Amino acid sequence: MAQLEIRNLHVALEDGTEIVKGVDLKVDLGQKHAVMGPNGSGKSTLAYALMGHPAYVVTDGQILLDGEDIAELGADERAQRGLFLAFQYPHAIPGVTVTSFLRSAINANRKAASGGEDDPVPIPEFRTNLLAAMEELKVPRELASRYLNDGFSGGEKKRVEILQMAMLKPKIAVLDETDSGLDIDALRIVANGVNKLVGPETGALVITHYQRILDYVTPDFVHVFVDGRIVAEGGPELAHKLEAEGYEAFGSNGNGRGPS
Amino acid sequence: MSSTHETDVVRGIRSDYKYGFSNPDDAKDYFFKSGRGISHEVVEAISEHKGEPEWMRQFRHKSLDYFLARPMPSWGADLSGIDFENIYYYIRPTEKQADSWEDLPPDIKDTWDKLGIPEAEKKYLAGVGAQYESEVVYHKLQADLEAKGVLFLDMDSGLREHEDIVKQYMGTIIPQNDNKFAALNSAVWSGGSFIYVPPGVRVEMPLQAYFRINAENMGQFERTLIIVDEDAYVHYVEGCTAPIYSSDSLHSAVVEIVVKPRGRCRYTTIQNWSNNVYNLVTKRAVAYEDATMEWVDGNLGSKVTMKYPAIWLMGERAHGEVLSIAFGGKGQHQDAGGKVVHVAPRTSSVITSKSISKDGGRAGYRGLLQVAKGAVGSKSKVVCDALILDEESRSDTYPYIQVDESDVELGHEATVSKIGEEQLFYLMSRGLSEAEASAMIVSGFVEPITKELPLEYAVEMNRLIQLQMEGSVG
Repeated sequence: MAQLEIRNLHVALEDGTEIVKGVDLKVDLGQKHAVMGPNGSGKSTLAYALMGHPAYVVTDGQILLDGEDIAELGADERAQRGLFLAFQYPHAIPGVTVTSFLRSAINANRKAASGGEDDPVPIPEFRTNLLAAMEELKVPRELASRYLNDGFSGGEKKRVEILQMAMLKPKIAVLDETDSGLDIDALRIVANGVNKLVGPETGALVITHYQRILDYVTPDFVHVFVDGRIVAEGGPELAHKLEAEGYEAFGSNGNGRGPS
Repeated sequence: MSSTHETDVVRGIRSDYKYGFSNPDDAKDYFFKSGRGISHEVVEAISEHKGEPEWMRQFRHKSLDYFLARPMPSWGADLSGIDFENIYYYIRPTEKQADSWEDLPPDIKDTWDKLGIPEAEKKYLAGVGAQYESEVVYHKLQADLEAKGVLFLDMDSGLREHEDIVKQYMGTIIPQNDNKFAALNSAVWSGGSFIYVPPGVRVEMPLQAYFRINAENMGQFERTLIIVDEDAYVHYVEGCTAPIYSSDSLHSAVVEIVVKPRGRCRYTTIQNWSNNVYNLVTKRAVAYEDATMEWVDGNLGSKVTMKYPAIWLMGERAHGEVLSIAFGGKGQHQDAGGKVVHVAPRTSSVITSKSISKDGGRAGYRGLLQVAKGAVGSKSKVVCDALILDEESRSDTYPYIQVDESDVELGHEATVSKIGEEQLFYLMSRGLSEAEASAMIVSGFVEPITKELPLEYAVEMNRLIQLQMEGSVG
């Protein structure tokens, strides 16, 4: 069984509108998957539903993480089981520094891992890990003491999303349009972070509109996502085909071939 | 004077209020306890028992007349639940004050141990006063500060040992007839702190007073007077707790502060009364030339709080700051705020208020900014932010501004916000529970104030916020 297995997943908005219309997908540790689709195809809804956003209702199907159906769990419990979502638009939390937020998040996960007993990360260990991850991901030191995403540029937000991913070490990382709004340097850093993280203990699902990030993160599998469904699957060559022919070739009615 | 039954029964203890314990055995051991209710006889008995000078005895009786004559305030929070006839106005738990924790009766010492006060004294305090019911039972000041002439006594000792200073200032900053509850305090006051910091002396570590109500239907009326002389500095911190009883207690303090030229006083309150305490406090400071007065006022506990720390800027370039946090949870009404009166030219002030309400609670800001004619070149900024955590809760802002001088610079900002579903989801997607995520957002909201606190108090404040947030979210 794959680490993340999505079976016949249907997701609707609270008003009943169905957005994700039956998706099957398996992501294993060590694998990089790309879900590529045009704007409005339901990619972000898929990402949010995987993480457990309350506004998106799973109406049918299963989300199995390590064999356990997590579709009914809250976002916190999914995170504690090793799921991570890098947000397209991360939210600002004024008054809470990146450092203090990260320590709280790590401690929340450690507490869950030790059956509800507090097990805070020793401060020196936390500091060492944080500094190493920041160095690795070229996150400027000063960001650590700024308030989370408060007044951050688009690039800073994305870097800090990747920093969170590196610190929380999820089993499955879902990246929702993490490449949007990044200049080429930032894109490289983000891609580098994904490449570093994916390995024997982590798999990634990169959701994107563009081929661009896939120049730096070579996916093992590509899934073309149109109108709430996966309409084509293949290896990295599929991304290039998409680049050349556009989403129209896969049945999209045209709102989406991106510049590249 | 024995009635132990009202302290035997401790009902409805909130599981998240860790100070809700009481020491029921105490009640029968009290050294002196007045009967319930207020009268000239009670006032007489208190004054007599304390062996006070004649002028103080008269001050008390006059104050009681003012109290009896004044109507209850018709604005602010609902005070109709206060039964003045059911309150004990004076309870003296021990015969003598101790200057070492070991000398306290074991059950009282145990209370302070549970609250962590002796530990805090060792670590980061320059002096400690601990009031239990009506009297300060423990008092200690570091020897080097004593040698420099710093006075840090309980108010009763202050009156005995420095009657001239007390007589000179008491009731001058807050007249005994200032308001109904100041009048009540003036009539039955007991305990509180008396502080004098001589010219040029800087007390680098905080002085802390800790107030504990243990008996049910107790009225605690401490009286504090702080004189910071020229170029001197002091940071005074007060904390307070009480057990949870099914019927109410009353805490009504009066705090008067004088900051002389170039002096600076910071007064920090972490108010954590249990949810059966009416907390009706009058606090006022005057600041002279180039002096600075800062009120840092955190209101997390109590059933009802009405408190608006005030600063009168009497000398040129005096500066005043009020930082107020009010957290109104279930069944609580925090009517907090601040007042600044600019009397002298080129004075400046900042009022920052952060109020949070949840589970049907009310928290708000009620403030007065006044600039007198002639206070030219004065500047003031008022910022009131409210965070409302659910649909049942309420926040009110009453920013009164009265300006009689045209050459001034004033700013006022107010915001009201709610915790967004998206913010919560974002934090929860990192593994924080809904309660932890909400607490984090709230801690961030009050951070502009907690960052002003010494580390230990900032930690305490955040912990109290977390306790307030736990258990009822989700």
